[in-house]
Amino acid sequence: MRRALGLVLLVVTMASAQEMRRSGFDDMSPSTQAMQRDDAQNPAMLWVQDGAALWARAPSPSAPACAGCHGDARASMRGVAARYPAYDEALARPIDLAMRINRCRETRQGASRLAPDSQELLGLESYIALQSRGVPIEPPADARLLPWRERGEALYRERIGQLNLSCAQCHDERAGQRLGGGLIPQGHANGYPLYRLEWQGVGSLLRRIRNCMTGVRAQPLPAESPEFTALALYLAWRDRGMAMESPAVRP
Amino acid sequence: MARTLITAPATAKRGEVIELRTLIAHPMETGFRPGADGLLLPRNLITRFSCRYNDELVFSADLHAAMAANPYIAFFTTATESGTLSFRWEGDHGFSQTETVAISVS
Repeated sequence: MRRALGLVLLVVTMASAQEMRRSGFDDMSPSTQAMQRDDAQNPAMLWVQDGAALWARAPSPSAPACAGCHGDARASMRGVAARYPAYDEALARPIDLAMRINRCRETRQGASRLAPDSQELLGLESYIALQSRGVPIEPPADARLLPWRERGEALYRERIGQLNLSCAQCHDERAGQRLGGGLIPQGHANGYPLYRLEWQGVGSLLRRIRNCMTGVRAQPLPAESPEFTALALYLAWRDRGMAMESPAVRP
Repeated sequence: MARTLITAPATAKRGEVIELRTLIAHPMETGFRPGADGLLLPRNLITRFSCRYNDELVFSADLHAAMAANPYIAFFTTATESGTLSFRWEGDHGFSQTETVAISVS
């Protein structure tokens, strides 16, 4: 009986911990929230427009366009971004959406890779992620991802840089408090790629994490590094069940 | 060509007040910021925006430094007759772009 009660309590506390999660959206000013709510105001939709054009255009006359294999993205890409990073058989490691796009370009389209954080890649990513808007984040239940996710969690809790801070110290322990003039968010990655007012442009999760890392004076992670993917995988698991907001707007 | 996003009603009733909303991709570089090499980035601004309804000027605005990149401009006009709305952005280095949308008024 007591054990059953303990179990119930545990389940309740876990559920309330999930409910205490706040998307960055909830803490934005009403005007920034209005920007995200309205596609006519959201500047990220300019990138989406680019992505839609790239989706339909063949990279060369002999190669198929994205739409040649995947058809209409509005149907075929629904919920896809919510399941990334995912395990890739050929590379024997998890890959994020940007890597997936580049893999597709290299192996199926015979095209060159798009540079990380380039206009084209962000456009395609935004366009694909838009199709998952409102879909709950659902990391794949793949046992091969488990060691990666654990490594990601270790990275999340590891103190780094000259300031000797871990992600968890700000975004778990001090979320809701202030750092200078800014609110420390809980750090949920549910709206990437997103338009950040500070950047005056669309940026990826990688860029956001590099920003944080240079902030604590650590060596930023390179694109496509196993460490970054592991961290992204842990963040996706941490945000599981939260609705995708891509392409979001953040201050 | 800069990317634009224009939200305008395709149909309206005569005399109805309609909202027109425009967004354009533009860096709006102020000319005051240094680049990665320490040199000032050259000024690159949209300086004027105008909207013509069947060639009649219904709205215009002068833009300056300290306006955000990718400026969003929304305004109202009265639907008078069917025709075209043309939106024009002009700026530094000979930048100019015109987009038109059709509107049918009943």
